[in-house]
Amino acid sequence: MSNRVVNILVPVVSIIIGLIVGAIVMVVSGYDPVLGYTALWNGIFGDSYSIGNTIRQITPYILSGLAVAFAFRTGLFNIGVEGQLLMGWLAAAYVGYAFELPRFIHLPLALLAAAAAGAFWAFIVGFLKAKFSVHEVIASIMLNYTALHITNAVIRNLSDGSFKTPTVLESATLRMPWLREITDNSSLHLGIIVALLMVFVMWFILEKTTRGYELKSVGFNKDAAEYAGMNVKKNIILAMTISGVFAGLAGAMEALGTFQNASIKAGFSGIGFDGIAVALLGANTPLGVVFGASLFGSLKYGALNMPNEAGIPEEIVAIIIALIIFFVASGYIIRLGLQKFGKKKEGQ
Amino acid sequence: MKKRKLGLLISSVVATGAILAACGGGEDKEKDTSNNAGSDTNTEDAGEAFKVAMVTDVGGVDDKSFNQSAWEGIKQYGTDNNLKEKEGYDYLQSETDADYNTNLNNLLRRDFDLVFGVGYLMGDSIGEIAADNPKAMLALIDAEVDAPNVVSLMFKEHEGAFLAGVAAAKMSKSGKLGFVGGNNIPVINRFEAGFVEGAKAVNPDIEIQRNYTESFADAAKGKITANAMYSSGVDIIFHAAGQTGNGVFSEAKERKSKDPNANVWVIGVDADQYAEGKVDDKTNVTLTSMLKGVHKAVVEVSNAAKDGNFPGGTTITYGLAEDGVGLADSRGAIPEDVLAVVEEYKQKIASGEITVSESLK
Repeated sequence: MSNRVVNILVPVVSIIIGLIVGAIVMVVSGYDPVLGYTALWNGIFGDSYSIGNTIRQITPYILSGLAVAFAFRTGLFNIGVEGQLLMGWLAAAYVGYAFELPRFIHLPLALLAAAAAGAFWAFIVGFLKAKFSVHEVIASIMLNYTALHITNAVIRNLSDGSFKTPTVLESATLRMPWLREITDNSSLHLGIIVALLMVFVMWFILEKTTRGYELKSVGFNKDAAEYAGMNVKKNIILAMTISGVFAGLAGAMEALGTFQNASIKAGFSGIGFDGIAVALLGANTPLGVVFGASLFGSLKYGALNMPNEAGIPEEIVAIIIALIIFFVASGYIIRLGLQKFGKKKEGQ
Repeated sequence: MKKRKLGLLISSVVATGAILAACGGGEDKEKDTSNNAGSDTNTEDAGEAFKVAMVTDVGGVDDKSFNQSAWEGIKQYGTDNNLKEKEGYDYLQSETDADYNTNLNNLLRRDFDLVFGVGYLMGDSIGEIAADNPKAMLALIDAEVDAPNVVSLMFKEHEGAFLAGVAAAKMSKSGKLGFVGGNNIPVINRFEAGFVEGAKAVNPDIEIQRNYTESFADAAKGKITANAMYSSGVDIIFHAAGQTGNGVFSEAKERKSKDPNANVWVIGVDADQYAEGKVDDKTNVTLTSMLKGVHKAVVEVSNAAKDGNFPGGTTITYGLAEDGVGLADSRGAIPEDVLAVVEEYKQKIASGEITVSESLK
């Protein structure tokens, strides 16, 4: 079998297997799989409202996926995207309501604030790793908790004891009346453009700049990079900081788009952690992340419609969605199987 | 190595391509559903049953208190009117606060005539959905939204909690009480304030430890908090923390089953939580529960709306005088003389002789 055929077959087969196993789960637990998948489909693409909200759900996933993928490419595991995202969320919401500026300054400023907040939170991790060899996984996990509680405390203070900040001003919001109109009042916002722009930025940095080449080299082999005269420490800090920019912007999507404020959270939003899966599904490439995020976001959003339209309980829905993602992620196994199958045929 | 990566990339490209391509086929479907959606604003077809549904907050429908109480109200409305579950009455659960809008919208699109949003967290979403669907009827529990098609249902939790405080202070042997709250928000502040004022009313020297766990869904945190309180000599804990409060119950039950003489009690919240406190057939750690008539309010509003008297644009407040809050049957855990004191305070509050504060200074 030619490589091209395999490359097309693998994802198709893995999605089909995922759907079949999901269907078995539904049948075993006494629900109609056809009804279930129709509900999932309608939940994602059913009408303009669903499509709008699906895109809205995909947006922060793209950015958190980029954050994780960028770090991976430079040999770092940024598990702290969640914390960086929360910092960015708060920063964007604060700038969004506290200043009164014309739109063309205010919105970019709020985005910039989110990027800076995320970058700063990630910089701490990079700095600790570069200067004191503190493992980035430990540092970033701990900073996740720190971020959660710091943002909660700050939000409480900013809002005089309430649980959310004031709503961001018109001039800073990513929401557009016409976007709501064409999608039947969904919460679709301009953030998707920011996210796609960042996809290009990541590709450009990694593939088209000398700095990007250095960052990748450090990722491939630290010692070789150092021997070649690259400043490894500087590159580690820089890589984490750029990763944090993406994460902070993911937070801005929630602050300026989806929620229009920052509210006290009992636990993590999950977007940062899901970013790890998104990045891996996308093989850590910018374009791959877009597809990983699309799959993740669509399934996550569409799943809401399964209890609604097909009456399947949330718990079963969670299992089915996890199974589909699981099989897509294990496409490598299917690839191996297909290759063996192909070789046998050639041998005959 | 590089080739493999490229392959993976292409495969993921194709995977999503396949999904997106299939999207094209969805066009006709889109028309179908949008036609359905078009009728969602027609609230009533002549002769058709009046349908009611609710959206839970992140606590989930089986939180053993608040959401569950609202769902029971809806179920009662459904059975009273011979409706079928899923068709005539239904609920949707929210996993995160991003789900509220979608869930509310989904129910409206399924032609439910009246949709309840349960919990203060849903205030913004209800406001938005109400503005987008001016003909839809919405009800919001525990927060106020000013819109002509929304009725806000509020409770005087502080009045009910006051009675819980009176009972607890009378029953405490150690002179130390505990309060475990969910998020530090106005609703829960009312529970706290009422409980503290009630306890101090009968025993000014009583010590009350107060803790906010910042979560309504973290039973583990509730358990740790309860452990710390009981260990420091607290003998009665009042919780207002949804599922987090279930951790308080499990800590008390653990202590009671280890040592049957342990003097640990829990005061439940929102619904009668007697079943939560069951250690064995003879022992129960639930002293009483502070009832919040979410159930009753849901049924009342549903019936009013069905009869064409939807109280849109208003706020309805349920207090002791309206029988909207109160204490559950203690099933013998509280002796008659204490109950008499509680009853005395109840009359005083209902008649307006005592005014309970909504928050601590």
